[in-house]
Amino acid sequence: MSERKDYEIIADLVPHGSRVLDLGCGDGTLLAHLCRHRGCTGYGIEIDDANVLACVQRGVNVIQLNLDEGLNLFEDRTFDVVLQLDTLQHLRNAEQMLRETARVGRVGIVSFPNFAHWPNRLQVAAGRMPVTRALPYQWYDTPNIRVGTHTDFGVLARKNGLRILETFGLQEGRVVRVWPNLRASTAVFKFERG
Amino acid sequence: MGSVGKVTPQSMHFDAGLPLQSGAQLRDYTLVYETYGTLNAERSNAVLVCHALNASHHVAGVAADGAVGWWDNLVGPGKPLDTDRFFVIGINNPGSCFGSTGPMHANPDPAAGGRPYGADFPVMTVEDWVDAQALLIERLGITRLAAVLGGSLGGMQAQAWALRYPQRLGHCVVVASAPNLSTQNIAFNEVARRAIVTDPEFHGGHFYAHGVVPKRGLRVARMIGHITYLSDDSMEAKFGRAIRPNADTPAGTEPGYAYTTQDIEFQIESYLRHQGEKFSEYFDANTYLLITRALDYFDPARAHGGDLTRAYEQARDCKFLVVSFTTDWRFSPQRSREIVKAMVDNRIDVSYAEIAAPHGHDAFLLEDPRYHGVMRAYFARIFEGIGQPATPAHRVPVTQARISV
Repeated sequence: MSERKDYEIIADLVPHGSRVLDLGCGDGTLLAHLCRHRGCTGYGIEIDDANVLACVQRGVNVIQLNLDEGLNLFEDRTFDVVLQLDTLQHLRNAEQMLRETARVGRVGIVSFPNFAHWPNRLQVAAGRMPVTRALPYQWYDTPNIRVGTHTDFGVLARKNGLRILETFGLQEGRVVRVWPNLRASTAVFKFERG
Repeated sequence: MGSVGKVTPQSMHFDAGLPLQSGAQLRDYTLVYETYGTLNAERSNAVLVCHALNASHHVAGVAADGAVGWWDNLVGPGKPLDTDRFFVIGINNPGSCFGSTGPMHANPDPAAGGRPYGADFPVMTVEDWVDAQALLIERLGITRLAAVLGGSLGGMQAQAWALRYPQRLGHCVVVASAPNLSTQNIAFNEVARRAIVTDPEFHGGHFYAHGVVPKRGLRVARMIGHITYLSDDSMEAKFGRAIRPNADTPAGTEPGYAYTTQDIEFQIESYLRHQGEKFSEYFDANTYLLITRALDYFDPARAHGGDLTRAYEQARDCKFLVVSFTTDWRFSPQRSREIVKAMVDNRIDVSYAEIAAPHGHDAFLLEDPRYHGVMRAYFARIFEGIGQPATPAHRVPVTQARISV
Protein backbone atom coordinates (compact mmCIF):
# COMPACT_ATOMS: atom_id res chain seq x y z
CA MET A 1 0.00 0.00 0.00
CA SER A 2 1.48 3.31 -1.02
CA GLU A 3 1.77 6.03 1.54
CA ARG A 4 -0.59 8.89 1.02
CA LYS A 5 0.51 12.44 1.39
CA ASP A 6 -0.63 14.12 4.61
CA TYR A 7 -2.53 16.76 2.67
CA GLU A 8 -4.55 14.11 0.86
CA ILE A 9 -5.58 12.55 4.15
CA ILE A 10 -6.62 15.96 5.45
CA ALA A 11 -8.42 16.74 2.19
CA ASP A 12 -10.68 13.77 2.92
CA LEU A 13 -11.96 15.64 5.97
CA VAL A 14 -13.27 18.44 3.74
CA PRO A 15 -16.77 17.80 2.38
CA HIS A 16 -17.26 18.03 -1.39
CA GLY A 17 -18.19 21.48 -2.65
CA SER A 18 -17.11 23.25 0.53
CA ARG A 19 -16.36 26.94 0.68
CA VAL A 20 -12.82 26.82 2.08
CA LEU A 21 -10.46 29.28 3.75
CA ASP A 22 -6.93 27.91 4.02
CA LEU A 23 -4.93 29.89 6.58
CA GLY A 24 -1.24 29.66 5.83
CA CYS A 25 -1.90 27.91 2.54
CA GLY A 26 1.76 27.64 1.55
CA ASP A 27 2.21 27.08 -2.16
CA GLY A 28 -1.48 26.27 -2.57
CA THR A 29 -1.07 22.50 -3.09
CA LEU A 30 -3.96 21.52 -0.81
CA LEU A 31 -6.29 24.27 -1.97
CA ALA A 32 -5.64 23.39 -5.61
CA HIS A 33 -6.30 19.74 -4.77
CA LEU A 34 -9.58 20.63 -3.02
CA CYS A 35 -10.73 22.80 -5.91
CA ARG A 36 -9.79 20.27 -8.57
CA HIS A 37 -10.82 17.00 -6.93
CA ARG A 38 -13.45 17.94 -4.39
CA GLY A 39 -15.25 20.80 -6.12
CA CYS A 40 -14.31 23.29 -3.41
CA THR A 41 -13.94 27.06 -3.79
CA GLY A 42 -12.37 29.68 -1.59
CA TYR A 43 -9.17 31.44 -0.68
CA GLY A 44 -5.75 30.77 0.71
CA ILE A 45 -4.05 33.19 3.07
CA GLU A 46 -0.27 33.51 2.92
CA ILE A 47 2.31 35.97 4.17
CA ASP A 48 5.31 34.72 2.20
CA ASP A 49 6.03 36.32 -1.21
CA ALA A 50 7.32 33.11 -2.82
CA ASN A 51 4.24 31.17 -1.68
CA VAL A 52 1.90 33.91 -2.92
CA LEU A 53 3.59 33.69 -6.30
CA ALA A 54 3.34 29.87 -6.32
CA CYS A 55 -0.40 30.13 -5.59
CA VAL A 56 -0.96 32.60 -8.42
CA GLN A 57 1.01 30.29 -10.73
CA ARG A 58 -1.22 27.41 -9.65
CA GLY A 59 -4.30 29.50 -10.26
CA VAL A 60 -5.67 29.36 -6.71
CA ASN A 61 -7.07 32.47 -5.03
CA VAL A 62 -4.50 33.72 -2.55
CA ILE A 63 -4.66 36.75 -0.28
CA GLN A 64 -1.42 38.08 1.14
CA LEU A 65 -1.98 38.80 4.82
CA ASN A 66 -0.24 38.47 8.15
CA LEU A 67 -2.46 36.13 10.18
CA ASP A 68 -1.24 37.74 13.39
CA GLU A 69 -3.24 40.80 12.29
CA GLY A 70 -6.46 38.77 12.50
CA LEU A 71 -9.17 37.90 10.01
CA ASN A 72 -11.04 41.22 9.77
CA LEU A 73 -11.36 40.63 6.05
CA PHE A 74 -13.88 37.86 6.67
CA GLU A 75 -17.41 38.02 8.03
CA ASP A 76 -18.77 35.47 10.53
CA ARG A 77 -19.48 31.96 9.23
CA THR A 78 -18.66 32.75 5.61
CA PHE A 79 -16.78 29.50 5.08
CA ASP A 80 -17.83 25.86 5.42
CA VAL A 81 -14.31 24.85 6.39
CA VAL A 82 -11.37 26.84 7.69
CA LEU A 83 -8.06 25.02 7.43
CA GLN A 84 -5.10 25.86 9.57
CA LEU A 85 -2.48 23.31 8.65
CA ASP A 86 1.00 23.49 10.07
CA THR A 87 0.34 27.16 10.80
CA LEU A 88 -0.83 27.48 14.40
CA GLN A 89 2.65 26.91 15.79
CA HIS A 90 3.98 29.99 13.95
CA LEU A 91 1.42 32.43 15.32
CA ARG A 92 1.95 34.79 18.19
CA ASN A 93 -1.81 34.91 18.83
CA ALA A 94 -2.45 31.21 18.43
CA GLU A 95 -5.49 31.14 20.71
CA GLN A 96 -6.96 34.27 19.14
CA MET A 97 -6.54 32.72 15.70
CA LEU A 98 -8.28 29.56 16.86
CA ARG A 99 -11.25 31.67 17.94
CA GLU A 100 -11.15 33.54 14.63
CA THR A 101 -11.11 30.20 12.80
CA ALA A 102 -14.25 29.18 14.66
CA ARG A 103 -15.83 32.56 13.97
CA VAL A 104 -15.44 32.65 10.17
CA GLY A 105 -16.00 28.95 9.52
CA ARG A 106 -18.58 26.34 10.42
CA VAL A 107 -15.88 23.72 10.76
CA GLY A 108 -12.19 24.14 11.57
CA ILE A 109 -9.43 21.71 10.70
CA VAL A 110 -6.09 22.19 12.42
CA SER A 111 -2.83 20.29 12.17
CA PHE A 112 0.44 20.98 13.97
CA PRO A 113 3.57 19.16 15.10
CA ASN A 114 2.93 17.08 18.19
CA PHE A 115 5.61 17.85 20.72
CA ALA A 116 4.72 14.73 22.74
CA HIS A 117 5.61 12.29 19.94
CA TRP A 118 7.82 9.66 21.62
CA PRO A 119 11.16 10.58 19.97
CA ASN A 120 10.68 14.13 21.26
CA ARG A 121 9.96 12.80 24.73
CA LEU A 122 13.18 10.78 24.62
CA GLN A 123 15.23 13.79 23.63
CA VAL A 124 13.67 15.97 26.33
CA ALA A 125 14.25 13.15 28.84
CA ALA A 126 17.90 13.16 27.74
CA GLY A 127 17.99 16.85 28.58
CA ARG A 128 17.83 18.34 25.06
CA MET A 129 15.14 20.09 23.06
CA PRO A 130 14.04 17.70 20.31
CA VAL A 131 15.36 18.00 16.77
CA THR A 132 13.53 15.57 14.49
CA ARG A 133 12.19 15.28 10.97
CA ALA A 134 8.93 16.92 12.07
CA LEU A 135 10.69 19.47 14.28
CA PRO A 136 13.94 20.03 12.40
CA TYR A 137 14.95 23.30 14.08
CA GLN A 138 17.24 24.12 16.96
CA TRP A 139 15.61 25.75 19.97
CA TYR A 140 17.22 29.10 19.14
CA ASP A 141 16.12 29.35 15.50
CA THR A 142 12.80 27.57 15.41
CA PRO A 143 9.86 29.33 13.74
CA ASN A 144 7.63 27.15 15.91
CA ILE A 145 7.00 29.67 18.64
CA ARG A 146 4.02 27.73 20.04
CA VAL A 147 4.98 24.16 20.79
CA GLY A 148 2.15 22.01 22.09
CA THR A 149 1.00 18.44 22.22
CA HIS A 150 -1.94 16.54 20.80
CA THR A 151 -3.46 16.43 24.27
CA ASP A 152 -2.77 20.14 24.91
CA PHE A 153 -4.81 21.14 21.88
CA GLY A 154 -7.79 19.19 23.12
CA VAL A 155 -7.62 21.17 26.35
CA LEU A 156 -7.36 24.50 24.49
CA ALA A 157 -10.27 23.58 22.21
CA ARG A 158 -12.52 22.76 25.16
CA LYS A 159 -11.47 25.96 26.92
CA ASN A 160 -12.68 27.89 23.85
CA GLY A 161 -15.97 26.03 23.68
CA LEU A 162 -15.10 24.06 20.54
CA ARG A 163 -16.60 20.64 19.92
CA ILE A 164 -14.11 18.15 18.52
CA LEU A 165 -15.66 16.22 15.64
CA GLU A 166 -12.67 14.08 14.80
CA THR A 167 -9.05 13.80 15.85
CA PHE A 168 -6.13 11.60 14.94
CA GLY A 169 -2.40 11.66 14.50
CA LEU A 170 -0.39 11.44 11.30
CA GLN A 171 2.82 9.49 11.15
CA GLU A 172 4.66 8.84 7.92
CA GLY A 173 1.55 9.15 5.81
CA ARG A 174 -0.59 6.94 8.06
CA VAL A 175 -3.49 7.81 10.29
CA VAL A 176 -2.80 7.04 13.96
CA ARG A 177 -5.90 6.67 16.09
CA VAL A 178 -4.46 4.74 19.02
CA TRP A 179 -2.38 6.85 21.41
CA PRO A 180 -1.75 9.59 18.85
CA ASN A 181 -0.20 11.82 21.52
CA LEU A 182 2.62 9.29 21.84
CA ARG A 183 2.76 7.70 18.40
CA ALA A 184 2.31 10.51 15.86
CA SER A 185 4.47 13.47 14.90
CA THR A 186 1.49 15.48 13.64
CA ALA A 187 -1.79 16.16 15.43
CA VAL A 188 -5.02 16.70 13.45
CA PHE A 189 -8.29 18.07 14.81
CA LYS A 190 -11.60 18.73 13.14
CA PHE A 191 -13.93 20.84 15.28
CA GLU A 192 -16.92 23.15 15.29
CA ARG A 193 -18.25 25.77 17.62
CA GLY A 194 -19.95 24.05 20.54
CA MET B 1 12.51 40.27 -23.13
CA GLY B 2 12.08 42.81 -25.83
CA SER B 3 10.31 45.96 -26.76
CA VAL B 4 7.30 46.19 -29.02
CA GLY B 5 9.52 48.55 -31.02
CA LYS B 6 8.33 51.54 -32.99
CA VAL B 7 4.68 52.31 -32.41
CA THR B 8 2.27 54.63 -34.15
CA PRO B 9 -0.86 55.94 -32.49
CA GLN B 10 -4.19 55.55 -34.24
CA SER B 11 -7.32 57.57 -33.78
CA MET B 12 -11.04 56.93 -33.90
CA HIS B 13 -13.70 59.57 -34.30
CA PHE B 14 -17.12 59.41 -32.65
CA ASP B 15 -19.92 61.48 -34.14
CA ALA B 16 -22.49 60.44 -31.56
CA GLY B 17 -22.22 62.35 -28.30
CA LEU B 18 -21.02 60.57 -25.17
CA PRO B 19 -23.53 60.96 -22.34
CA LEU B 20 -21.70 61.89 -19.15
CA GLN B 21 -22.42 61.29 -15.47
CA SER B 22 -22.90 65.03 -15.03
CA GLY B 23 -25.82 64.99 -17.46
CA ALA B 24 -23.77 66.83 -20.08
CA GLN B 25 -22.52 65.28 -23.32
CA LEU B 26 -19.14 65.11 -24.95
CA ARG B 27 -19.89 65.88 -28.57
CA ASP B 28 -18.03 64.97 -31.69
CA TYR B 29 -14.87 63.58 -30.13
CA THR B 30 -11.76 61.67 -31.13
CA LEU B 31 -9.88 59.07 -29.11
CA VAL B 32 -6.23 58.30 -29.71
CA TYR B 33 -5.02 54.78 -28.99
CA GLU B 34 -2.18 52.34 -29.56
CA THR B 35 -2.21 48.57 -29.88
CA TYR B 36 0.55 46.00 -29.51
CA GLY B 37 0.58 42.33 -30.42
CA THR B 38 -1.99 40.57 -32.58
CA LEU B 39 -5.68 40.05 -32.01
CA ASN B 40 -6.36 36.32 -32.36
CA ALA B 41 -9.04 34.90 -34.67
CA GLU B 42 -11.49 34.46 -31.78
CA ARG B 43 -10.79 38.05 -30.66
CA SER B 44 -10.35 36.70 -27.15
CA ASN B 45 -6.83 37.84 -26.25
CA ALA B 46 -7.34 41.58 -25.91
CA VAL B 47 -6.14 43.40 -22.79
CA LEU B 48 -6.97 47.03 -22.13
CA VAL B 49 -4.44 49.06 -20.12
CA CYS B 50 -5.93 52.15 -18.45
CA HIS B 51 -3.71 55.13 -17.79
CA ALA B 52 -3.29 57.26 -14.70
CA LEU B 53 -2.97 60.99 -14.21
CA ASN B 54 -0.10 62.06 -16.42
CA ALA B 55 0.14 59.10 -18.79
CA SER B 56 -1.48 58.31 -22.10
CA HIS B 57 -2.28 55.73 -24.74
CA HIS B 58 1.47 55.31 -25.23
CA VAL B 59 1.85 52.33 -22.90
CA ALA B 60 4.75 50.49 -24.52
CA GLY B 61 7.30 50.69 -27.30
CA VAL B 62 8.96 53.74 -28.79
CA ALA B 63 7.00 56.63 -30.27
CA ALA B 64 8.14 58.65 -33.28
CA ASP B 65 9.66 61.27 -30.93
CA GLY B 66 11.67 58.57 -29.16
CA ALA B 67 9.49 58.51 -26.04
CA VAL B 68 9.34 55.10 -24.40
CA GLY B 69 5.88 53.94 -23.24
CA TRP B 70 5.04 54.58 -19.60
CA TRP B 71 4.58 50.91 -18.76
CA ASP B 72 7.18 49.53 -21.17
CA ASN B 73 8.81 47.48 -18.40
CA LEU B 74 5.59 45.48 -18.02
CA VAL B 75 4.25 45.29 -21.57
CA GLY B 76 6.15 43.77 -24.48
CA PRO B 77 7.30 40.52 -26.02
CA GLY B 78 8.27 38.13 -23.20
CA LYS B 79 7.33 40.69 -20.56
CA PRO B 80 4.79 40.02 -17.79
CA LEU B 81 1.97 41.27 -20.03
CA ASP B 82 3.34 39.42 -23.02
CA THR B 83 2.50 40.95 -26.40
CA ASP B 84 3.42 37.65 -28.07
CA ARG B 85 0.29 36.30 -26.40
CA PHE B 86 -1.99 39.27 -25.88
CA PHE B 87 -3.35 42.07 -28.00
CA VAL B 88 -2.77 45.07 -25.75
CA ILE B 89 -4.68 48.32 -26.14
CA GLY B 90 -3.90 51.71 -24.62
CA ILE B 91 -6.48 54.49 -24.99
CA ASN B 92 -5.96 58.16 -24.21
CA ASN B 93 -8.91 59.33 -22.15
CA PRO B 94 -10.99 62.28 -23.32
CA GLY B 95 -10.08 65.45 -21.45
CA SER B 96 -6.43 64.47 -21.52
CA CYS B 97 -3.73 66.44 -23.32
CA PHE B 98 -2.07 63.70 -25.34
CA GLY B 99 -4.19 63.59 -28.48
CA SER B 100 -7.74 62.61 -27.58
CA THR B 101 -10.28 65.41 -27.53
CA GLY B 102 -9.45 67.71 -24.65
CA PRO B 103 -9.77 71.24 -23.33
CA MET B 104 -7.22 72.57 -25.81
CA HIS B 105 -9.35 71.49 -28.78
CA ALA B 106 -12.05 73.51 -30.49
CA ASN B 107 -15.38 73.58 -28.70
CA PRO B 108 -17.99 72.34 -31.22
CA ASP B 109 -20.64 74.54 -29.61
CA PRO B 110 -21.40 77.23 -32.24
CA ALA B 111 -21.55 79.83 -29.47
CA ALA B 112 -17.86 79.19 -28.81
CA GLY B 113 -16.97 80.42 -32.27
CA GLY B 114 -14.35 77.73 -32.83
CA ARG B 115 -12.37 78.65 -29.72
CA PRO B 116 -10.84 75.94 -27.56
CA TYR B 117 -12.98 74.41 -24.81
CA GLY B 118 -10.71 75.63 -22.05
CA ALA B 119 -12.60 75.61 -18.77
CA ASP B 120 -15.82 74.72 -20.64
CA PHE B 121 -14.69 71.18 -21.32
CA PRO B 122 -17.27 68.96 -19.65
CA VAL B 123 -16.30 67.50 -16.29
CA MET B 124 -15.39 63.83 -16.80
CA THR B 125 -15.63 60.94 -14.38
CA VAL B 126 -13.86 57.60 -14.30
CA GLU B 127 -17.15 56.04 -15.43
CA ASP B 128 -17.33 58.42 -18.41
CA TRP B 129 -13.84 57.39 -19.48
CA VAL B 130 -14.74 53.74 -19.20
CA ASP B 131 -17.87 54.30 -21.29
CA ALA B 132 -15.72 55.98 -23.96
CA GLN B 133 -13.20 53.13 -23.84
CA ALA B 134 -16.00 50.57 -24.13
CA LEU B 135 -17.27 52.20 -27.32
CA LEU B 136 -13.81 52.12 -28.86
CA ILE B 137 -13.29 48.49 -27.85
CA GLU B 138 -16.64 47.63 -29.41
CA ARG B 139 -15.66 49.32 -32.65
CA LEU B 140 -12.48 47.23 -32.71
CA GLY B 141 -14.81 44.23 -32.90
CA ILE B 142 -13.97 43.00 -29.40
CA THR B 143 -17.00 41.90 -27.41
CA ARG B 144 -15.09 40.61 -24.41
CA LEU B 145 -11.68 41.63 -23.12
CA ALA B 146 -9.42 38.97 -21.63
CA ALA B 147 -8.50 41.55 -19.00
CA VAL B 148 -8.55 45.20 -18.06
CA LEU B 149 -5.47 46.42 -16.18
CA GLY B 150 -4.68 49.70 -14.50
CA GLY B 151 -2.60 51.26 -11.75
CA SER B 152 -3.64 54.11 -9.47
CA LEU B 153 -6.32 56.11 -11.33
CA GLY B 154 -6.00 53.43 -14.01
CA GLY B 155 -6.94 50.89 -11.34
CA MET B 156 -10.09 52.88 -10.67
CA GLN B 157 -10.96 52.59 -14.35
CA ALA B 158 -10.29 48.85 -14.23
CA GLN B 159 -12.68 48.60 -11.26
CA ALA B 160 -15.28 50.68 -13.09
CA TRP B 161 -15.04 48.28 -16.04
CA ALA B 162 -15.80 45.33 -13.78
CA LEU B 163 -18.69 47.19 -12.16
CA ARG B 164 -20.23 48.66 -15.34
CA TYR B 165 -19.44 46.01 -17.95
CA PRO B 166 -18.92 42.76 -15.99
CA GLN B 167 -19.88 40.68 -19.03
CA ARG B 168 -17.26 42.33 -21.21
CA LEU B 169 -14.12 41.31 -19.34
CA GLY B 170 -12.77 38.07 -17.93
CA HIS B 171 -10.21 39.47 -15.52
CA CYS B 172 -9.59 42.75 -13.81
CA VAL B 173 -6.14 43.73 -12.51
CA VAL B 174 -6.15 46.59 -10.01
CA VAL B 175 -2.72 47.88 -8.97
CA ALA B 176 -1.94 50.51 -6.29
CA SER B 177 -5.50 51.76 -6.35
CA ALA B 178 -8.35 52.50 -3.96
CA PRO B 179 -12.14 52.23 -3.75
CA ASN B 180 -12.23 56.03 -3.51
CA LEU B 181 -9.93 58.87 -2.55
CA SER B 182 -9.31 59.51 1.13
CA THR B 183 -10.00 62.96 2.57
CA GLN B 184 -6.25 63.57 2.58
CA ASN B 185 -6.03 62.64 -1.12
CA ILE B 186 -8.78 65.10 -2.00
CA ALA B 187 -7.01 67.72 0.09
CA PHE B 188 -3.79 67.25 -1.88
CA ASN B 189 -5.70 67.50 -5.14
CA GLU B 190 -7.33 70.71 -3.99
CA VAL B 191 -3.97 72.30 -3.18
CA ALA B 192 -2.80 71.41 -6.68
CA ARG B 193 -5.93 72.82 -8.26
CA ARG B 194 -5.72 76.05 -6.29
CA ALA B 195 -2.11 76.47 -7.38
CA ILE B 196 -3.24 76.31 -11.01
CA VAL B 197 -6.44 78.31 -10.73
CA THR B 198 -4.81 81.16 -8.82
CA ASP B 199 -1.97 81.49 -11.32
CA PRO B 200 -2.61 84.89 -12.99
CA GLU B 201 -1.95 83.27 -16.35
CA PHE B 202 -4.77 80.75 -15.91
CA HIS B 203 -7.36 83.30 -17.08
CA GLY B 204 -10.28 81.30 -15.79
CA GLY B 205 -9.17 78.34 -17.91
CA HIS B 206 -9.15 80.30 -21.17
CA PHE B 207 -5.42 80.96 -21.24
CA TYR B 208 -5.02 79.59 -24.77
CA ALA B 209 -6.54 82.79 -26.20
CA HIS B 210 -3.94 84.82 -24.28
CA GLY B 211 -1.06 82.82 -25.65
CA VAL B 212 0.16 81.96 -22.15
CA VAL B 213 0.36 78.85 -19.95
CA PRO B 214 -0.17 78.92 -16.16
CA LYS B 215 3.19 77.28 -15.65
CA ARG B 216 3.70 78.47 -12.10
CA GLY B 217 0.52 76.74 -11.00
CA LEU B 218 1.35 73.58 -12.92
CA ARG B 219 4.82 73.45 -11.39
CA VAL B 220 3.52 73.69 -7.84
CA ALA B 221 0.75 71.18 -8.60
CA ARG B 222 3.31 68.72 -9.88
CA MET B 223 5.65 69.30 -6.95
CA ILE B 224 2.99 68.49 -4.39
CA GLY B 225 1.78 65.54 -6.45
CA HIS B 226 5.29 64.21 -6.73
CA ILE B 227 5.83 64.30 -2.98
CA THR B 228 2.80 62.06 -2.53
CA TYR B 229 4.06 59.53 -5.07
CA LEU B 230 7.27 58.90 -3.14
CA SER B 231 7.76 57.35 0.26
CA ASP B 232 9.49 59.21 3.07
CA ASP B 233 12.19 56.55 3.06
CA SER B 234 12.83 56.67 -0.68
CA MET B 235 13.13 60.48 -0.58
CA GLU B 236 15.48 60.16 2.38
CA ALA B 237 17.56 57.56 0.58
CA LYS B 238 17.70 59.51 -2.68
CA PHE B 239 18.27 63.04 -1.38
CA GLY B 240 18.57 63.04 2.39
CA ARG B 241 19.53 66.51 3.58
CA ALA B 242 22.12 66.88 0.82
CA ILE B 243 22.91 70.48 -0.11
CA ARG B 244 23.10 71.42 -3.75
CA PRO B 245 26.67 72.45 -4.54
CA ASN B 246 27.14 75.92 -6.00
CA ALA B 247 29.92 77.51 -8.05
CA ASP B 248 31.83 78.49 -4.91
CA THR B 249 32.02 74.96 -3.56
CA PRO B 250 35.62 73.72 -3.88
CA ALA B 251 35.80 70.33 -5.58
CA GLY B 252 35.71 67.39 -3.20
CA THR B 253 34.29 69.33 -0.26
CA GLU B 254 30.84 69.32 1.27
CA PRO B 255 28.94 72.44 0.32
CA GLY B 256 27.83 74.67 3.18
CA TYR B 257 24.54 76.49 3.62
CA ALA B 258 24.09 79.51 1.35
CA TYR B 259 21.68 81.12 3.87
CA THR B 260 19.08 81.90 1.27
CA THR B 261 15.32 81.74 1.61
CA GLN B 262 14.44 81.80 -2.07
CA ASP B 263 17.18 80.01 -3.93
CA ILE B 264 17.58 76.26 -4.00
CA GLU B 265 19.42 75.02 -0.92
CA PHE B 266 18.64 71.30 -0.62
CA GLN B 267 18.85 68.73 -3.41
CA ILE B 268 15.23 67.74 -2.89
CA GLU B 269 14.19 71.29 -3.79
CA SER B 270 16.22 71.10 -6.95
CA TYR B 271 14.61 67.76 -7.84
CA LEU B 272 11.06 68.94 -7.22
CA ARG B 273 11.59 72.17 -9.14
CA HIS B 274 13.02 70.17 -12.03
CA GLN B 275 10.02 67.81 -12.00
CA GLY B 276 7.64 70.78 -11.85
CA GLU B 277 9.44 72.54 -14.69
CA LYS B 278 9.38 69.48 -16.96
CA PHE B 279 5.72 68.87 -16.24
CA SER B 280 4.68 72.46 -16.94
CA GLU B 281 6.29 72.20 -20.38
CA TYR B 282 3.96 69.46 -21.59
CA PHE B 283 0.92 69.16 -19.37
CA ASP B 284 -2.30 71.09 -19.80
CA ALA B 285 -3.65 73.01 -16.81
CA ASN B 286 -7.30 72.28 -17.57
CA THR B 287 -6.51 68.60 -17.99
CA TYR B 288 -4.89 68.59 -14.56
CA LEU B 289 -8.05 70.04 -13.04
CA LEU B 290 -10.28 67.57 -14.89
CA ILE B 291 -8.25 64.51 -13.98
CA THR B 292 -7.86 65.35 -10.31
CA ARG B 293 -11.62 65.91 -10.16
CA ALA B 294 -12.26 62.54 -11.79
CA LEU B 295 -10.11 61.03 -9.05
CA ASP B 296 -12.10 62.87 -6.37
CA TYR B 297 -15.45 61.76 -7.76
CA PHE B 298 -14.70 58.06 -8.10
CA ASP B 299 -16.65 56.27 -5.38
CA PRO B 300 -18.57 53.21 -6.61
CA ALA B 301 -19.95 52.54 -3.11
CA ARG B 302 -21.74 55.89 -3.11
CA ALA B 303 -24.65 54.63 -5.18
CA HIS B 304 -25.07 51.82 -2.62
CA GLY B 305 -25.24 53.83 0.55
CA GLY B 306 -21.49 53.65 0.97
CA ASP B 307 -21.50 49.83 0.93
CA LEU B 308 -18.68 48.69 -1.35
CA THR B 309 -19.75 45.06 -0.95
CA ARG B 310 -23.08 45.84 -2.56
CA ALA B 311 -21.34 47.75 -5.34
CA TYR B 312 -19.25 44.68 -6.10
CA GLU B 313 -22.29 42.42 -6.44
CA GLN B 314 -22.21 43.57 -10.08
CA ALA B 315 -18.79 42.08 -10.61
CA ARG B 316 -19.40 38.53 -9.38
CA ASP B 317 -18.51 36.86 -12.65
CA CYS B 318 -15.23 38.68 -13.02
CA LYS B 319 -11.91 37.45 -11.62
CA PHE B 320 -9.49 39.83 -9.96
CA LEU B 321 -5.89 40.43 -9.09
CA VAL B 322 -5.32 43.26 -6.63
CA VAL B 323 -1.80 44.50 -5.88
CA SER B 324 -0.64 47.11 -3.39
CA PHE B 325 2.72 48.35 -2.12
CA THR B 326 3.58 48.55 1.56
CA THR B 327 5.11 52.04 1.43
CA ASP B 328 2.39 53.57 -0.74
CA TRP B 329 0.73 56.10 1.53
CA ARG B 330 -1.23 57.78 -1.25
CA PHE B 331 -3.11 54.56 -2.09
CA SER B 332 -2.23 52.50 0.94
CA PRO B 333 -2.53 48.69 1.24
CA GLN B 334 -5.42 49.26 3.63
CA ARG B 335 -7.43 50.78 0.76
CA SER B 336 -6.69 47.77 -1.46
CA ARG B 337 -7.80 45.48 1.38
CA GLU B 338 -11.14 47.30 1.39
CA ILE B 339 -11.52 46.37 -2.27
CA VAL B 340 -10.50 42.78 -1.56
CA LYS B 341 -12.97 42.57 1.31
CA ALA B 342 -15.84 43.70 -0.92
CA MET B 343 -14.84 40.95 -3.35
CA VAL B 344 -14.49 38.29 -0.67
CA ASP B 345 -17.93 39.22 0.71
CA ASN B 346 -19.28 38.49 -2.77
CA ARG B 347 -17.31 35.24 -3.11
CA ILE B 348 -15.50 36.71 -6.07
CA ASP B 349 -12.33 35.01 -7.29
CA VAL B 350 -9.53 37.31 -6.19
CA SER B 351 -5.84 37.13 -5.45
CA TYR B 352 -4.17 39.90 -3.52
CA ALA B 353 -0.44 40.62 -3.32
CA GLU B 354 0.96 43.18 -0.92
CA ILE B 355 4.43 43.94 -2.22
CA ALA B 356 7.08 45.09 0.25
CA ALA B 357 8.61 47.77 -1.96
CA PRO B 358 10.32 50.92 -0.68
CA HIS B 359 9.26 53.29 -3.46
CA GLY B 360 5.84 54.47 -2.35
CA HIS B 361 3.05 54.91 -4.90
CA ASP B 362 5.58 55.09 -7.75
CA ALA B 363 6.40 51.42 -7.14
CA PHE B 364 3.61 50.39 -9.50
CA LEU B 365 5.59 51.80 -12.44
CA LEU B 366 8.89 50.28 -11.39
CA GLU B 367 10.32 46.87 -12.01
CA ASP B 368 10.24 44.82 -8.82
CA PRO B 369 10.80 41.08 -9.26
CA ARG B 370 8.10 40.10 -6.72
CA TYR B 371 5.56 42.48 -8.25
CA HIS B 372 6.34 41.59 -11.84
CA GLY B 373 6.54 37.91 -10.90
CA VAL B 374 2.94 37.95 -9.67
CA MET B 375 1.80 39.94 -12.72
CA ARG B 376 3.56 37.52 -15.07
CA ALA B 377 2.05 34.50 -13.32
CA TYR B 378 -1.44 35.99 -13.34
CA PHE B 379 -1.34 36.89 -17.03
CA ALA B 380 0.05 33.44 -17.81
CA ARG B 381 -3.04 31.96 -16.12
CA ILE B 382 -5.30 34.32 -18.07
CA PHE B 383 -3.65 33.15 -21.27
CA GLU B 384 -4.18 29.50 -20.34
CA GLY B 385 -7.84 30.26 -19.72
CA ILE B 386 -8.42 31.96 -23.07
CA GLY B 387 -10.68 29.87 -25.22
CA GLN B 388 -11.97 27.97 -22.20
CA PRO B 389 -15.66 28.44 -21.53
CA ALA B 390 -16.46 31.24 -19.09
CA THR B 391 -17.08 30.29 -15.48
CA PRO B 392 -20.46 28.60 -15.25
CA ALA B 393 -23.07 30.62 -13.42
CA HIS B 394 -23.16 28.34 -10.39
CA ARG B 395 -22.34 31.00 -7.88
CA VAL B 396 -24.18 30.91 -4.62
CA PRO B 397 -25.49 34.24 -3.40
CA VAL B 398 -23.34 36.24 -0.99
CA THR B 399 -23.37 35.35 2.65
CA GLN B 400 -26.99 34.40 3.07
CA ALA B 401 -27.20 36.35 6.31
CA ARG B 402 -26.17 39.52 4.56
CA ILE B 403 -28.84 39.18 1.92
CA SER B 404 -31.66 38.39 4.28
CA VAL B 405 -30.98 41.51 6.34
